[in-house]
Amino acid sequence: MSTSPLTELGLPAMRSGTELVPAADGPQTGKEFTSDQEVRWCPGCGDYAVLKAVQSFLPDLGLRRENIVFVSGIGCSSRFPYYLDTYGMHSIHGRAPSIATGIATAREDLSVWVVTGDGDALSIGGNHLIHALRRNVNMTILLFNNRIYGLTKGQYSPTSETGKVTKSTPMGSLDHPFNPVSLALGAEATFVARTIDSDRKHLTTVLAAAAAHRGTSLVEIYQNCPIFNDGAFDAIKNPDTKADAIIPLVHGEPVTFGVDGAKCLVRDETTGGVKVAMRADVADDDVLVHDAHSPDPTMAFAISRLTDSGYLNTSPIGIFRQVERATYDDQAREQVATSRSTVSDNDTADQSARLAALIGGGDTWTIL
Amino acid sequence: MSGSAKQVRQLDRVIIRFAGDSGDGMQLTGDRFTQETAAFGNDLVTLPNFPAEIRAPQGTLPGVSSFQVHFADHDILTAGDAPDVLVAMNPAALRANLGDLHKGATIIVDTHDFTARNLTKAGYQDNPLEGDSLDAYALHTVDLTGMTVEAVKEFGLSRKDASRAKNMFALGLLSWMYGRPTDPTTSFLAKRFAKVPDIRDANVAAFKAGWNFGETTEAFAVQYEIKPAVMPPGTYRNITGNLALAYGLVAGSVQSGLPLFLGTYPITPASDILHELSKHKSFGVTTFQAEDEIAGVGAAIGASYAGHLGVTSTSGPGVALKSEAIGLAVMTELPLVVVDVQRGGPSTGLPTKTEQADLLQAMFGRNGEAPVPIVAPQSPGDCFAAAVEAARIAVTYRTPVLLLSDGYLANGSEPWRVPTVDELPVIDPAFATEKNHGSGDEAEFWPYLRDEATLARPWAIPGTPGLEHRIGGLEKGDGHGNISYDPANHDFMVRTRQAKVDRIADTIPLIEVDDPSGEAKVLVIGWGSTYGPIGAGVRRVRKAGYHVAQAHLRHLNPFPSNLGEVLKGYDKVLVPEMNLGQLSLLLRGKYLVDAVGYNHVRGLPLKATELAHAIGELVGQAEGIDIELGVWGEPTQKEHI
Repeated sequence: MSTSPLTELGLPAMRSGTELVPAADGPQTGKEFTSDQEVRWCPGCGDYAVLKAVQSFLPDLGLRRENIVFVSGIGCSSRFPYYLDTYGMHSIHGRAPSIATGIATAREDLSVWVVTGDGDALSIGGNHLIHALRRNVNMTILLFNNRIYGLTKGQYSPTSETGKVTKSTPMGSLDHPFNPVSLALGAEATFVARTIDSDRKHLTTVLAAAAAHRGTSLVEIYQNCPIFNDGAFDAIKNPDTKADAIIPLVHGEPVTFGVDGAKCLVRDETTGGVKVAMRADVADDDVLVHDAHSPDPTMAFAISRLTDSGYLNTSPIGIFRQVERATYDDQAREQVATSRSTVSDNDTADQSARLAALIGGGDTWTIL
Repeated sequence: MSGSAKQVRQLDRVIIRFAGDSGDGMQLTGDRFTQETAAFGNDLVTLPNFPAEIRAPQGTLPGVSSFQVHFADHDILTAGDAPDVLVAMNPAALRANLGDLHKGATIIVDTHDFTARNLTKAGYQDNPLEGDSLDAYALHTVDLTGMTVEAVKEFGLSRKDASRAKNMFALGLLSWMYGRPTDPTTSFLAKRFAKVPDIRDANVAAFKAGWNFGETTEAFAVQYEIKPAVMPPGTYRNITGNLALAYGLVAGSVQSGLPLFLGTYPITPASDILHELSKHKSFGVTTFQAEDEIAGVGAAIGASYAGHLGVTSTSGPGVALKSEAIGLAVMTELPLVVVDVQRGGPSTGLPTKTEQADLLQAMFGRNGEAPVPIVAPQSPGDCFAAAVEAARIAVTYRTPVLLLSDGYLANGSEPWRVPTVDELPVIDPAFATEKNHGSGDEAEFWPYLRDEATLARPWAIPGTPGLEHRIGGLEKGDGHGNISYDPANHDFMVRTRQAKVDRIADTIPLIEVDDPSGEAKVLVIGWGSTYGPIGAGVRRVRKAGYHVAQAHLRHLNPFPSNLGEVLKGYDKVLVPEMNLGQLSLLLRGKYLVDAVGYNHVRGLPLKATELAHAIGELVGQAEGIDIELGVWGEPTQKEHI
């Protein structure tokens, strides 16, 4: 985990996302995390790359396998838990964040992951997503964004560009799309990142940071659907165009991109946001330095707005925001622990005696 | 306070209704009178009735809030059909409640609010206190507000604050009339208003002034005495259904050793369960107020998966939203208690009124074959035992359970004999800890390998090494639990889930029939909160000299295993319900019995008198005789019912 503003100020560091999860006895392999179930995504699906990355990344977490839980909703990506040999639940459409909230709040010793898609998280489950983010429940949400409905065979999704012609929109879709990163920042998420299915190294780095973050980490993963939306991310994957398409975000680094770093981000005095400028036209000090740890999400939001809402020609990639805020589940458990500490013991006999006192409390009378 | 020199008359039971504007504090007044009555030792049943609007327009009919308490020197079953005494704080309260009174009933009105403007708001052309329209009643016109303001003037409150104590004046007056102990109320007021001494002292002064007014004024010539009731030995407290239900959930947690996790969303009339449980974190209770109904049940399912006792509480509209998630709990076979405090429907319906029209929703309201056990309490205090039973079934059988309370049970109260912890069942979560299939290196954990007796699947919680497994909403293969689209497997699993719920009948009591003479040809059977009115109706018919049998269902799914046999033992079966015949439909469908419905959906409990007539009519048909209920068909307080 990168340096926290708290430690820079000489304050104790925030607890890690996996700090209370028991560590594995020894080194683990990706194979141990691979279940015996046959993977059934379409050939060429971006989900394979993410699954491989996660399977090879999990051993690096060094956690006991039985203390990891993957929860998913409905959609192609939501089959994910079946392919991992951890605990898991393939739940119902859109509700994975709520189920994961129950798991994470009930048990501090679990590493909780949500696997969801653009339809699952942003359409039917939009409400649960934003509330999980604002509560800051300790879990990591992997949002596979292929900008299409795959499992129902090709309708436009809440991240599809306006005008998209699909089976359900022969004359083009009318809805303005969500930008998942902007949405998460608007919900005051404490960790928001974006990565790409095909960039294993970047994906793994982001996953590591997300898992280490204590609170809700939202990771948007651009994921190609070769059947219903092939090429949606070509601009950022094509070696010829990706230098200009990807705006890489690294905390503490000036934001430059393009061939030979010809472009950069600067503050836009007119809008109060940020804009792209040619590096050659900008003084060194005026190049925007990315600050993912700023308590104020305004700049992160401004950067997120540089994502194309139509065909994806440019998109910032990396960790937009990573700040510390007390988590819902830690505080909920603390309230319970504080209340429990006020009573004598917590053994069975004591619980029974206190139950008798509870139900026999109030104004009572006795009939002999 | 000293005894009175006035005439004292003995009564065996009284029904009082306090009615006023929703800002007049009638619920508090009724609640205090009830606590005094409980402390005195009468048996009692209460019926609060209030509008959905927090502050409906002042002085209007929709803004009337009332609280009825029925108390007696013997065991009683209902809040009573017709009040003997109505306390009306304004014209609207009089007009809204007059129709429920029997002739000769006592009416006490606060004359202060009988202004031209308020009379118009209530729809009165003329002042009813001035004509002869109330001649059939014993009318007492008292300036409660004026006397209250006078009684509290030493505390220097504004006129508005001073007049707000009028409910305590009314309470003091009624407390005198019925010889209620006053200490519970004075100590309650001292505690409630401890931080505002002026308000505290004013309320106590108003309460005492009301008592003294009764004692000294010539307007009230008689004081009444209702002796304490004879009840089975034990420790008692007065309790509402929602409080008892919350306690029952805590008990289910303690008895199973599972921490309680309530995932819920506020909804009338269930919110008090959330409020109550949120106070009991020292029992390890976690309460999660979710963003919506679905997230509430979702979090509860997640907590259950993680090894807690997952509970969600709601009313009918919330159950509708939770249906898909309840289906997930059916498929994943996880313990879950779904509390439905029923209210008038459909849609938003009558949020503050009672109904029992969610039975078929509980039974069938999910896609696919998704059987869910159903448990229904029969009285406010019984909500405790029913909640423990719901937790027992949920944990033992790894299944969601619907606990069907209703608005009447939730807010109504009765004396409740507090059980000892020894009387409660011990619930064994029996978590899986070992692999259960194959041996040696080949050993595996199969999450759908069932217990032979209960058909319950093993519950392996995260953190248990070697038992990592995946569950979900897709159909599971028998035993191993992997996704299966096999036709024969699906047929088998659908039947097995049903069989598991049917097996619950092995551990629930047989239904008992109350048929004292053994000669009854008619059986009256009900479920849920109609227990009281049905019992009272049956008593009336028996008092009139006729034979009738009564049985009441706590388990609606599965039914007790002897139910079919019991039903076949009677010529006619009457099923009174606050719906259009939902239990009737189930009984007809399952047992091919010609169940006759008695159905009202008025948002209020059924009345004992109307049930007596309905039962009497059916007894007449069954026995080929004419039925004459006489006084037992009248809603009078004179007789020992």
